Amino acid sequence: MHELSLAEHVLQLMEEAAARQGFSRVRGVWLEIGQLAAVEVEALRFAFESVARGSLADGAALHVIELPGQGWCARCAATVHVGEQPAACPRCGSPGVQILGGTEMRVKELEVE
Amino acid sequence: MCTTCGCGQGETRIEGRRLTEPVHAGAGGRIYRHVHAHDESHDAAHPHHPLQFHAHGMPQGRRVKIEQDILARNNGYAAANRSLLERRGILALNLVSSPGSGKTTLLVNTIAALQGRVPLAVIEGDQQTAHDAERIRAAGAPAVQINTGKGCHLDAHMVGHALDRLELMPGSVLFIENVGNLVCPAAFDLGEAAKVVILSVTEGEDKPLKYPDMFRAARLMLLNKCDLLPYVQFDVERAAEHARRINPAIEIIRVSATSGAGMEDWLAWLARERTAVVRDPPPEREAVPSGVQG
Repeated sequence: MHELSLAEHVLQLMEEAAARQGFSRVRGVWLEIGQLAAVEVEALRFAFESVARGSLADGAALHVIELPGQGWCARCAATVHVGEQPAACPRCGSPGVQILGGTEMRVKELEVE
Repeated sequence: MCTTCGCGQGETRIEGRRLTEPVHAGAGGRIYRHVHAHDESHDAAHPHHPLQFHAHGMPQGRRVKIEQDILARNNGYAAANRSLLERRGILALNLVSSPGSGKTTLLVNTIAALQGRVPLAVIEGDQQTAHDAERIRAAGAPAVQINTGKGCHLDAHMVGHALDRLELMPGSVLFIENVGNLVCPAAFDLGEAAKVVILSVTEGEDKPLKYPDMFRAARLMLLNKCDLLPYVQFDVERAAEHARRINPAIEIIRVSATSGAGMEDWLAWLARERTAVVRDPPPEREAVPSGVQG
Protein backbone atom coordinates (compact mmCIF):
# COMPACT_ATOMS: atom_id res chain seq x y z
CA MET A 1 0.00 0.00 0.00
CA HIS A 2 2.82 2.43 0.67
CA GLU A 3 3.69 2.34 -3.02
CA LEU A 4 0.95 4.96 -3.36
CA SER A 5 2.69 7.35 -0.98
CA LEU A 6 5.99 6.67 -2.71
CA ALA A 7 4.38 7.56 -6.05
CA GLU A 8 3.07 10.79 -4.52
CA HIS A 9 6.57 11.60 -3.25
CA VAL A 10 7.97 11.01 -6.73
CA LEU A 11 5.39 13.38 -8.23
CA GLN A 12 6.23 15.99 -5.59
CA LEU A 13 9.95 15.76 -6.41
CA MET A 14 9.13 16.24 -10.08
CA GLU A 15 6.95 19.29 -9.41
CA GLU A 16 9.72 20.82 -7.32
CA ALA A 17 12.27 20.12 -10.04
CA ALA A 18 9.88 21.68 -12.59
CA ALA A 19 9.78 24.87 -10.55
CA ARG A 20 13.56 24.96 -10.15
CA GLN A 21 14.55 24.02 -13.64
CA GLY A 22 11.75 25.46 -15.74
CA PHE A 23 10.08 22.55 -17.49
CA SER A 24 6.41 21.88 -17.86
CA ARG A 25 6.11 18.25 -18.87
CA VAL A 26 7.75 15.04 -17.82
CA ARG A 27 7.89 12.37 -20.51
CA GLY A 28 9.94 9.82 -18.66
CA VAL A 29 11.23 9.14 -15.17
CA TRP A 30 14.03 6.81 -14.09
CA LEU A 31 13.89 5.38 -10.59
CA GLU A 32 16.48 3.30 -8.79
CA ILE A 33 14.81 0.80 -6.48
CA GLY A 34 16.85 -1.60 -4.38
CA GLN A 35 15.79 -5.22 -4.02
CA LEU A 36 15.65 -4.79 -0.24
CA ALA A 37 13.64 -1.57 -0.31
CA ALA A 38 10.33 -3.38 0.27
CA VAL A 39 8.89 -1.85 -2.87
CA GLU A 40 6.66 -3.88 -5.15
CA VAL A 41 7.61 -2.49 -8.53
CA GLU A 42 4.36 -3.43 -10.28
CA ALA A 43 2.32 -1.82 -7.50
CA LEU A 44 4.49 1.28 -7.82
CA ARG A 45 3.85 1.44 -11.58
CA PHE A 46 0.13 1.17 -11.02
CA ALA A 47 0.19 3.84 -8.29
CA PHE A 48 2.36 6.15 -10.38
CA GLU A 49 0.01 5.96 -13.33
CA SER A 50 -2.87 6.95 -11.06
CA VAL A 51 -1.21 9.84 -9.26
CA ALA A 52 0.36 11.22 -12.46
CA ARG A 53 -3.01 11.55 -14.17
CA GLY A 54 -3.77 15.22 -14.79
CA SER A 55 -0.32 16.28 -13.55
CA LEU A 56 2.78 17.42 -15.40
CA ALA A 57 3.74 13.74 -15.65
CA ASP A 58 0.48 12.45 -17.15
CA GLY A 59 1.39 9.51 -19.35
CA ALA A 60 5.09 9.64 -18.49
CA ALA A 61 7.01 6.41 -18.95
CA LEU A 62 8.28 4.93 -15.70
CA HIS A 63 11.65 3.20 -15.96
CA VAL A 64 12.68 1.21 -12.91
CA ILE A 65 16.33 0.29 -12.45
CA GLU A 66 16.45 -2.50 -9.88
CA LEU A 67 19.59 -2.52 -7.76
CA PRO A 68 20.79 -5.80 -6.22
CA GLY A 69 20.84 -6.47 -2.50
CA GLN A 70 24.43 -6.52 -1.26
CA GLY A 71 25.91 -7.24 2.12
CA TRP A 72 29.19 -7.89 3.93
CA CYS A 73 29.70 -11.28 5.55
CA ALA A 74 32.32 -11.06 8.28
CA ARG A 75 32.91 -14.82 8.32
CA CYS A 76 33.50 -15.05 4.56
CA ALA A 77 35.20 -11.62 4.59
CA ALA A 78 33.41 -10.98 1.33
CA THR A 79 30.66 -8.95 -0.28
CA VAL A 80 27.74 -11.26 -0.93
CA HIS A 81 24.44 -11.05 -2.75
CA VAL A 82 21.54 -10.70 -0.34
CA GLY A 83 18.07 -11.73 -1.40
CA GLU A 84 15.09 -13.23 0.32
CA GLN A 85 16.59 -13.87 3.74
CA PRO A 86 18.55 -10.64 4.01
CA ALA A 87 20.41 -11.34 7.23
CA ALA A 88 21.84 -14.77 6.33
CA CYS A 89 24.95 -15.21 4.21
CA PRO A 90 24.11 -17.21 1.05
CA ARG A 91 27.62 -18.77 1.09
CA CYS A 92 28.12 -19.90 4.67
CA GLY A 93 24.64 -19.36 6.13
CA SER A 94 25.91 -17.31 9.03
CA PRO A 95 23.53 -14.65 10.28
CA GLY A 96 24.30 -11.01 10.70
CA VAL A 97 25.26 -10.00 7.20
CA GLN A 98 25.67 -6.24 7.19
CA ILE A 99 23.52 -4.67 4.48
CA LEU A 100 25.61 -2.51 2.13
CA GLY A 101 23.24 -1.88 -0.74
CA GLY A 102 19.81 -2.65 -2.09
CA THR A 103 17.67 -0.38 0.08
CA GLU A 104 17.79 2.54 -2.38
CA MET A 105 14.68 4.42 -3.50
CA ARG A 106 15.83 7.28 -5.69
CA VAL A 107 14.57 9.45 -8.49
CA LYS A 108 17.57 9.37 -10.78
CA GLU A 109 16.68 11.28 -13.90
CA LEU A 110 13.81 12.80 -15.86
CA GLU A 111 13.15 13.33 -19.52
CA VAL A 112 11.37 16.65 -19.74
CA GLU A 113 10.22 19.28 -22.17
CA MET B 1 -4.90 23.76 3.05
CA CYS B 2 -2.10 24.64 5.42
CA THR B 3 -0.87 28.01 4.23
CA THR B 4 2.74 27.42 5.14
CA CYS B 5 3.58 24.08 3.65
CA GLY B 6 0.65 23.37 1.40
CA CYS B 7 -0.26 20.20 3.25
CA GLY B 8 -3.84 19.28 3.87
CA GLN B 9 -4.69 17.39 0.75
CA GLY B 10 -5.83 13.91 1.46
CA GLU B 11 -7.61 12.57 4.46
CA THR B 12 -5.15 12.95 7.27
CA ARG B 13 -6.77 14.29 10.42
CA ILE B 14 -5.27 15.25 13.73
CA GLU B 15 -7.76 15.17 16.56
CA GLY B 16 -10.53 14.90 14.01
CA ARG B 17 -9.54 18.04 12.13
CA ARG B 18 -8.07 18.12 8.69
CA LEU B 19 -4.65 19.64 8.29
CA THR B 20 -6.28 22.86 7.14
CA GLU B 21 -4.68 25.48 9.30
CA PRO B 22 -1.14 26.55 9.97
CA VAL B 23 -0.33 24.99 13.33
CA HIS B 24 3.31 25.83 12.75
CA ALA B 25 3.62 28.87 14.97
CA GLY B 26 3.42 26.94 18.21
CA ALA B 27 4.82 28.06 21.50
CA GLY B 28 8.51 27.77 22.19
CA GLY B 29 9.61 28.63 18.69
CA ARG B 30 8.45 25.32 17.31
CA ILE B 31 8.02 26.60 13.82
CA TYR B 32 11.17 25.23 12.23
CA ARG B 33 9.51 22.09 11.01
CA HIS B 34 7.93 23.96 8.20
CA VAL B 35 10.80 26.17 7.27
CA HIS B 36 11.18 25.50 3.61
CA ALA B 37 14.88 24.93 3.49
CA HIS B 38 15.51 26.55 0.17
CA ASP B 39 15.65 29.98 -1.35
CA GLU B 40 12.47 29.86 -3.31
CA SER B 41 9.17 31.24 -2.19
CA HIS B 42 6.54 28.83 -1.01
CA ASP B 43 4.57 29.07 -4.22
CA ALA B 44 7.60 28.39 -6.33
CA ALA B 45 8.48 25.38 -4.24
CA HIS B 46 5.01 23.91 -4.49
CA PRO B 47 3.76 24.77 -7.93
CA HIS B 48 0.05 24.27 -8.04
CA HIS B 49 0.05 25.01 -11.73
CA PRO B 50 3.29 23.60 -13.05
CA LEU B 51 2.47 24.75 -16.57
CA GLN B 52 3.22 28.32 -15.60
CA PHE B 53 6.88 27.36 -15.41
CA HIS B 54 7.00 26.49 -19.07
CA ALA B 55 10.10 28.02 -20.58
CA HIS B 56 9.99 28.73 -24.28
CA GLY B 57 12.70 27.62 -26.60
CA MET B 58 13.62 24.62 -24.45
CA PRO B 59 14.83 21.68 -26.51
CA GLN B 60 12.33 18.83 -26.56
CA GLY B 61 13.00 15.79 -24.42
CA ARG B 62 16.01 17.02 -22.49
CA ARG B 63 17.31 14.98 -19.57
CA VAL B 64 17.38 16.37 -16.06
CA LYS B 65 19.43 14.75 -13.30
CA ILE B 66 17.51 14.53 -10.05
CA GLU B 67 19.38 12.01 -7.86
CA GLN B 68 17.08 12.48 -4.88
CA ASP B 69 15.86 9.93 -2.40
CA ILE B 70 12.14 9.36 -2.88
CA LEU B 71 11.70 9.72 0.87
CA ALA B 72 13.97 12.78 1.13
CA ARG B 73 11.08 14.95 2.23
CA ASN B 74 9.92 12.51 4.89
CA ASN B 75 13.49 12.08 6.06
CA GLY B 76 13.89 15.85 6.33
CA TYR B 77 10.85 16.14 8.56
CA ALA B 78 12.07 13.13 10.56
CA ALA B 79 15.46 14.80 11.09
CA ALA B 80 13.70 17.94 12.36
CA ASN B 81 11.49 15.92 14.71
CA ARG B 82 14.53 14.01 15.99
CA SER B 83 16.47 17.20 16.56
CA LEU B 84 13.62 18.74 18.58
CA LEU B 85 13.16 15.59 20.65
CA GLU B 86 16.85 15.14 21.33
CA ARG B 87 17.36 18.75 22.34
CA ARG B 88 14.63 18.40 24.91
CA GLY B 89 15.91 15.08 26.19
CA ILE B 90 12.76 13.24 25.13
CA LEU B 91 12.86 9.52 24.44
CA ALA B 92 10.59 8.88 21.44
CA LEU B 93 9.67 5.30 20.60
CA ASN B 94 7.85 4.20 17.46
CA LEU B 95 5.64 1.23 18.40
CA VAL B 96 4.90 -1.01 15.44
CA SER B 97 3.01 -4.29 15.10
CA SER B 98 0.17 -6.07 13.36
CA PRO B 99 -3.33 -4.96 14.31
CA GLY B 100 -4.46 -6.63 17.51
CA SER B 101 -1.04 -7.33 19.06
CA GLY B 102 -2.04 -5.47 22.22
CA LYS B 103 -0.11 -2.23 21.68
CA THR B 104 -2.71 0.02 23.24
CA THR B 105 -3.30 -2.21 26.28
CA LEU B 106 0.45 -2.41 26.78
CA LEU B 107 0.63 1.38 26.60
CA VAL B 108 -2.25 1.88 29.02
CA ASN B 109 -0.58 -0.40 31.57
CA THR B 110 2.82 1.19 30.98
CA ILE B 111 1.28 4.59 31.67
CA ALA B 112 -0.30 3.26 34.86
CA ALA B 113 3.11 1.97 36.03
CA LEU B 114 5.00 5.19 35.22
CA GLN B 115 2.32 7.69 36.23
CA GLY B 116 3.69 10.43 38.44
CA ARG B 117 7.28 9.24 38.03
CA VAL B 118 8.05 10.02 34.40
CA PRO B 119 6.35 12.62 32.17
CA LEU B 120 4.64 10.79 29.33
CA ALA B 121 2.95 11.66 26.05
CA VAL B 122 1.40 9.58 23.30
CA ILE B 123 0.74 10.04 19.60
CA GLU B 124 -1.86 7.55 18.38
CA GLY B 125 -2.03 6.57 14.72
CA ASP B 126 -5.06 4.79 13.28
CA GLN B 127 -6.88 4.94 9.99
CA GLN B 128 -10.12 5.95 11.70
CA THR B 129 -11.59 6.74 15.16
CA ALA B 130 -10.16 8.42 18.23
CA HIS B 131 -10.80 5.37 20.44
CA ASP B 132 -7.17 4.75 21.24
CA ALA B 133 -6.33 8.35 22.16
CA GLU B 134 -9.39 8.34 24.44
CA ARG B 135 -8.14 5.16 26.14
CA ILE B 136 -4.71 6.75 26.63
CA ARG B 137 -6.15 9.98 28.05
CA ALA B 138 -8.37 7.95 30.38
CA ALA B 139 -5.19 6.21 31.57
CA GLY B 140 -3.78 9.62 32.47
CA ALA B 141 -1.38 10.63 29.71
CA PRO B 142 -1.79 13.44 27.17
CA ALA B 143 -2.49 12.01 23.73
CA VAL B 144 -2.99 13.26 20.19
CA GLN B 145 -4.84 11.13 17.68
CA ILE B 146 -3.77 11.09 14.04
CA ASN B 147 -6.20 9.51 11.60
CA THR B 148 -4.46 8.60 8.40
CA GLY B 149 -7.66 8.06 6.39
CA LYS B 150 -6.65 5.62 3.70
CA GLY B 151 -2.99 5.83 4.69
CA CYS B 152 -1.31 2.68 5.97
CA HIS B 153 1.41 4.32 8.07
CA LEU B 154 2.34 7.48 9.94
CA ASP B 155 4.86 9.76 8.28
CA ALA B 156 7.20 12.30 9.81
CA HIS B 157 5.18 15.26 8.57
CA MET B 158 2.01 14.13 10.39
CA VAL B 159 4.04 13.46 13.52
CA GLY B 160 5.54 16.95 13.31
CA HIS B 161 2.04 18.43 13.34
CA ALA B 162 1.06 16.20 16.26
CA LEU B 163 4.19 17.29 18.20
CA ASP B 164 2.99 20.90 17.88
CA ARG B 165 -0.12 19.94 19.79
CA LEU B 166 1.56 18.18 22.68
CA GLU B 167 3.06 19.81 25.73
CA LEU B 168 6.30 17.90 25.83
CA MET B 169 8.11 18.18 29.14
CA PRO B 170 11.88 17.73 29.09
CA GLY B 171 12.75 14.18 30.07
CA SER B 172 9.46 12.78 28.77
CA VAL B 173 8.91 9.45 27.17
CA LEU B 174 6.90 9.88 23.96
CA PHE B 175 5.21 6.77 22.60
CA ILE B 176 4.17 6.94 18.95
CA GLU B 177 1.71 4.12 18.31
CA ASN B 178 1.88 3.51 14.59
CA VAL B 179 -0.91 2.15 12.41
CA GLY B 180 -1.17 -1.62 12.88
CA ASN B 181 0.80 -2.84 9.89
CA LEU B 182 4.05 -4.80 9.70
CA VAL B 183 5.01 -3.59 6.23
CA CYS B 184 4.84 0.11 5.44
CA PRO B 185 5.82 1.74 8.76
CA ALA B 186 9.28 0.14 8.42
CA ALA B 187 10.17 2.55 5.60
CA PHE B 188 9.02 5.79 7.21
CA ASP B 189 11.36 7.32 9.77
CA LEU B 190 9.38 9.50 12.18
CA GLY B 191 12.35 10.90 14.08
CA GLU B 192 12.13 8.32 16.84
CA ALA B 193 15.06 7.09 18.94
CA ALA B 194 14.07 3.48 18.28
CA LYS B 195 11.37 1.29 16.82
CA VAL B 196 9.84 -1.26 19.17
CA VAL B 197 8.07 -4.13 17.42
CA ILE B 198 5.35 -5.95 19.32
CA LEU B 199 4.63 -9.56 18.42
CA SER B 200 1.89 -11.36 20.30
CA VAL B 201 1.97 -15.10 20.91
CA THR B 202 -1.40 -15.48 19.21
CA GLU B 203 0.40 -14.73 15.93
CA GLY B 204 2.83 -17.02 14.13
CA GLU B 205 6.40 -17.37 15.35
CA ASP B 206 7.55 -16.99 11.73
CA LYS B 207 6.39 -13.37 11.46
CA PRO B 208 9.99 -12.07 11.63
CA LEU B 209 10.77 -14.14 8.53
CA LYS B 210 7.59 -13.08 6.74
CA TYR B 211 8.04 -9.37 7.50
CA PRO B 212 11.82 -9.02 7.76
CA ASP B 213 12.01 -5.28 7.10
CA MET B 214 10.15 -4.39 10.25
CA PHE B 215 12.13 -6.76 12.45
CA ARG B 216 15.39 -5.51 10.94
CA ALA B 217 14.40 -1.91 11.68
CA ALA B 218 13.43 -2.57 15.32
CA ARG B 219 15.77 -2.35 18.30
CA LEU B 220 13.47 -4.21 20.67
CA MET B 221 10.91 -6.96 20.20
CA LEU B 222 8.25 -7.24 22.87
CA LEU B 223 6.69 -10.68 22.92
CA ASN B 224 3.24 -9.83 24.23
CA LYS B 225 0.31 -11.88 25.59
CA CYS B 226 2.72 -14.38 27.19
CA ASP B 227 -0.02 -15.26 29.69
CA LEU B 228 -1.69 -17.11 26.78
CA LEU B 229 1.31 -19.38 26.08
CA PRO B 230 -0.30 -22.42 27.77
CA TYR B 231 -3.24 -22.17 25.37
CA VAL B 232 -1.57 -21.53 22.02
CA GLN B 233 0.96 -23.28 19.86
CA PHE B 234 3.74 -20.74 19.93
CA ASP B 235 7.39 -21.62 20.34
CA VAL B 236 9.06 -18.66 22.05
CA GLU B 237 12.59 -19.90 21.28
CA ARG B 238 11.79 -20.31 17.60
CA ALA B 239 10.28 -16.82 17.43
CA ALA B 240 13.42 -15.40 19.06
CA GLU B 241 15.64 -17.38 16.71
CA HIS B 242 13.72 -16.09 13.69
CA ALA B 243 13.97 -12.50 14.89
CA ARG B 244 17.74 -12.84 15.51
CA ARG B 245 18.24 -14.44 12.11
CA ILE B 246 16.87 -11.22 10.59
CA ASN B 247 18.40 -8.87 13.15
CA PRO B 248 21.17 -10.35 15.33
CA ALA B 249 21.26 -7.27 17.56
CA ILE B 250 17.54 -7.21 18.39
CA GLU B 251 16.67 -7.27 22.09
CA ILE B 252 13.74 -9.43 23.16
CA ILE B 253 11.52 -9.06 26.23
CA ARG B 254 8.57 -11.31 27.11
CA VAL B 255 5.60 -9.51 28.59
CA SER B 256 1.94 -9.85 29.31
CA ALA B 257 0.23 -6.48 29.38
CA THR B 258 -2.84 -8.00 31.05
CA SER B 259 -1.20 -10.13 33.77
CA GLY B 260 1.72 -7.76 34.27
CA ALA B 261 4.33 -10.50 33.86
CA GLY B 262 7.57 -9.17 32.41
CA MET B 263 6.46 -5.56 32.72
CA GLU B 264 9.36 -4.84 35.08
CA ASP B 265 11.84 -5.85 32.34
CA TRP B 266 10.12 -3.56 29.85
CA LEU B 267 10.08 -0.69 32.36
CA ALA B 268 13.78 -1.27 33.09
CA TRP B 269 14.51 -1.12 29.36
CA LEU B 270 12.58 2.16 29.13
CA ALA B 271 14.44 3.60 32.12
CA ARG B 272 17.80 2.68 30.60
CA GLU B 273 16.97 4.18 27.20
CA ARG B 274 15.56 7.32 28.80
CA THR B 275 18.64 7.79 30.94
CA ALA B 276 20.80 7.62 27.82
CA VAL B 277 18.72 10.31 26.09
CA VAL B 278 18.48 12.61 29.10
CA ARG B 279 22.16 12.26 29.96
CA ASP B 280 23.49 12.96 26.49
CA PRO B 281 21.42 15.77 25.02
CA PRO B 282 23.17 17.08 21.94
CA PRO B 283 24.37 20.70 21.99
CA GLU B 284 21.81 23.38 21.09
CA ARG B 285 21.82 23.96 17.40
CA GLU B 286 19.59 25.29 14.71
CA ALA B 287 17.10 22.67 13.70
CA VAL B 288 17.07 22.81 9.96
CA PRO B 289 15.42 19.91 8.20
CA SER B 290 18.54 19.07 6.26
CA GLY B 291 16.95 16.44 4.06
CA VAL B 292 14.26 18.80 2.83
CA GLN B 293 15.24 20.25 -0.45
CA GLY B 294 13.48 22.67 -2.64
